[in-house]
Amino acid sequence: MQSFLASLRLVVATMLISVVAYSAVVLGIAQLLTPATANGSLIANAQGQVVGSKLIAQKFTEPRYFWPRPSAVDYNAAGAGGSNKSPTSTDLTERATGTVAAYGATAANPLPADLAAASGGGLDPHITEQSALYQVPRIAAARGIPAAGIDELVARYSFAPGGILAPDRLVNVLELNLALDQMAPAS
Amino acid sequence: MTFNAILYVLLIVGGSALLSWPLGRYLKWAMDPAASAGGGNRWTRAFQAIGGPLTLKQQNWKQYLLALLAFNAVSFTVTVLILALQQYLPLNPDAKGELDPSLIFNTAVSFVTNTNLQHYSGEVAMSYASQLGALMWQQFVSAATGIAALAAMARGLAGRTNMGNFFVDLQRATFLILLPLAILVAILLVFGGMPMTLQGSAIATTLEGIQQTIARGPVAAFTAIKQLGTNGGGFFGPNSTQPFENPTFWTNVLEAIAITIIPMACVWMFGRIVGKMRHAGIVFVVMAVLMLTRIGFAVWFEQTPTEAFNTLPIAQNVGNLEGKELRFGAAAGPVWAVLTTSTSNGSVNAMLDSLNPLTGLMPMIGMWLNEDFGGVGVGFINMFVYIVLAVFLAGMMVGRTPEYLGRRIEAYEVKLAVIATLSHSFLILGLAALFAATPWGTAVLNNVGAHGFSEILYEFSSSSANNGSGFEGINDTIFTVPWNIATGLVMMLSRFIPIILPLAIAGSLAAKRPAAESAGTLGTESGTFGVMLLVTIVILGALTFFPAAALGPIAEHFQFYH
Repeated sequence: MQSFLASLRLVVATMLISVVAYSAVVLGIAQLLTPATANGSLIANAQGQVVGSKLIAQKFTEPRYFWPRPSAVDYNAAGAGGSNKSPTSTDLTERATGTVAAYGATAANPLPADLAAASGGGLDPHITEQSALYQVPRIAAARGIPAAGIDELVARYSFAPGGILAPDRLVNVLELNLALDQMAPAS
Repeated sequence: MTFNAILYVLLIVGGSALLSWPLGRYLKWAMDPAASAGGGNRWTRAFQAIGGPLTLKQQNWKQYLLALLAFNAVSFTVTVLILALQQYLPLNPDAKGELDPSLIFNTAVSFVTNTNLQHYSGEVAMSYASQLGALMWQQFVSAATGIAALAAMARGLAGRTNMGNFFVDLQRATFLILLPLAILVAILLVFGGMPMTLQGSAIATTLEGIQQTIARGPVAAFTAIKQLGTNGGGFFGPNSTQPFENPTFWTNVLEAIAITIIPMACVWMFGRIVGKMRHAGIVFVVMAVLMLTRIGFAVWFEQTPTEAFNTLPIAQNVGNLEGKELRFGAAAGPVWAVLTTSTSNGSVNAMLDSLNPLTGLMPMIGMWLNEDFGGVGVGFINMFVYIVLAVFLAGMMVGRTPEYLGRRIEAYEVKLAVIATLSHSFLILGLAALFAATPWGTAVLNNVGAHGFSEILYEFSSSSANNGSGFEGINDTIFTVPWNIATGLVMMLSRFIPIILPLAIAGSLAAKRPAAESAGTLGTESGTFGVMLLVTIVILGALTFFPAAALGPIAEHFQFYH
């Protein structure tokens, strides 16, 4: 019985210190020093409307935009998830067949693998630089602007996420699309 | 294996190993201040004031264990209450509703036992009150329970019949170890771009005019202790693959180090309490060898491109990217998969179900062995069981009575050690067999054939190892009542049996008269001992689990890759 009383005292103490005080300290520091990222790295347009989060992929299907990686949850940012399919699964072959068709990839011009593989959370905000360049001809045609300018934009927005430790260059799809709209406002 | 993959492994494993040395010294100071001088006693008095009269006296192993179980019973009840009442509690901006009773049972057991197996998706099912008050709270106190148990066992093996006081130890581990580290890591994560807010979901209108609801919350505080306490339960359903729970390459590195650092430091803490640092060093090397071997294989196997794309016009010049995030780099997925299962953490940064079949075997082996470096505190306790067996086997070989740390290992201790290892394998293999043979298992699978069997095997391995990761193909949303109850029971048994029995062994050893070392004693500070331990672990693990591995990942590999 005494053990239970002592346990209850510990419950109260740990709740107050390691839940309430701890959360309050971290919350206070985050909201004071980094409010933008602390609230989800939201991006607003010129009118002040939230158009998405820098960290969260959103759905793009129109030819004039860069498209993100496939999402097993259809870019549901309130219920993320992966396909959880084995890499040997025929379900994946089926899904990728659809992706290949959407991009019109051919053996001569194969699709970069990251555009065919769904990410873990279904919300990966990035594609590889190579995958962005792969989409440039389609976007240039849809917008009726020269491809060279878009290539240059991709190069400007690409980055290596971990320097020498992860040298493959990536681009953030939403940021790139916003820059694209800035460069040549959609008609 | 490429140059930057090797560099990446060096950074994470080497970095954790280096940091674990000073941290181990600190852990000893925090958990066992009796022998060291200074401020330790001031803290002890404060913790005694908080805990009340029962904290004043020293406990023998039985009293210590009863106190541990009593606290776990109380904290389980509190967790159940918060989860069951979440729809009435504050901090629920997205109006999360009622949870299913079998899910509440499973989740409460899962977090009390430091497992963090999740049969729900955090951002879908849980209010902020549940996330912080029930789940994050348990991530502190369940981890502290493990550290306390190890400190007690180490005191026993140091020859003290009084193992300390659980109620004081739990506070030491929570307030002196986990809390300061969690504050540090959480702040770094905040600066890495992780959300920390109590606002509900944000609504965005995408460039193509679609409404997107973006779940967020107090992620940074939660994620810090999730990693440090080898808990692993994600704030979001897909854990640290969700960009909010792991925004950049560098947060990923930080989280990976946070996963391994306390389990590594626990080895040094043990060495300092029993006063055998060379012995601790040998055990550390054995653990590191086992872990690095699996990391090497995992990174290697994962370089094979996605088999399902082979017939399509898709460039196959990179490894398998299904279920992976690009920002972490190529090696991050398989490395983390091994770290998280070596340490009983269970968080993921890539979907384990979508790993290549043989890569997926590596995390399973980690959970079957469950001791390199294992969960905070309990990892070394599991290793202790293997040490007892190794010492016993070595003793049998040379025909002398085996000894460990100057005390004789006899039939009673060996029996308990055998029961501890057998219960782990029995619960995994027995229940995987049961669910594989009945619709309970077969009806909810996401993949067919050998991979489907792997999903079942993984789920019970994860439950019994108190790991919590999953081949998530067994869809969280369709987990049924039999799964919730069966995995709940496995988690409970596999948490407490491997704490109770080793404490009993330590208690029994502490009560014996020290035996003088003779020429027949296997010195536990020698390389020979390290090899003996390694062989014992590999043979026991391989013999027990090889048949099941052959039916799952190995069968799948040979079916598709010739």
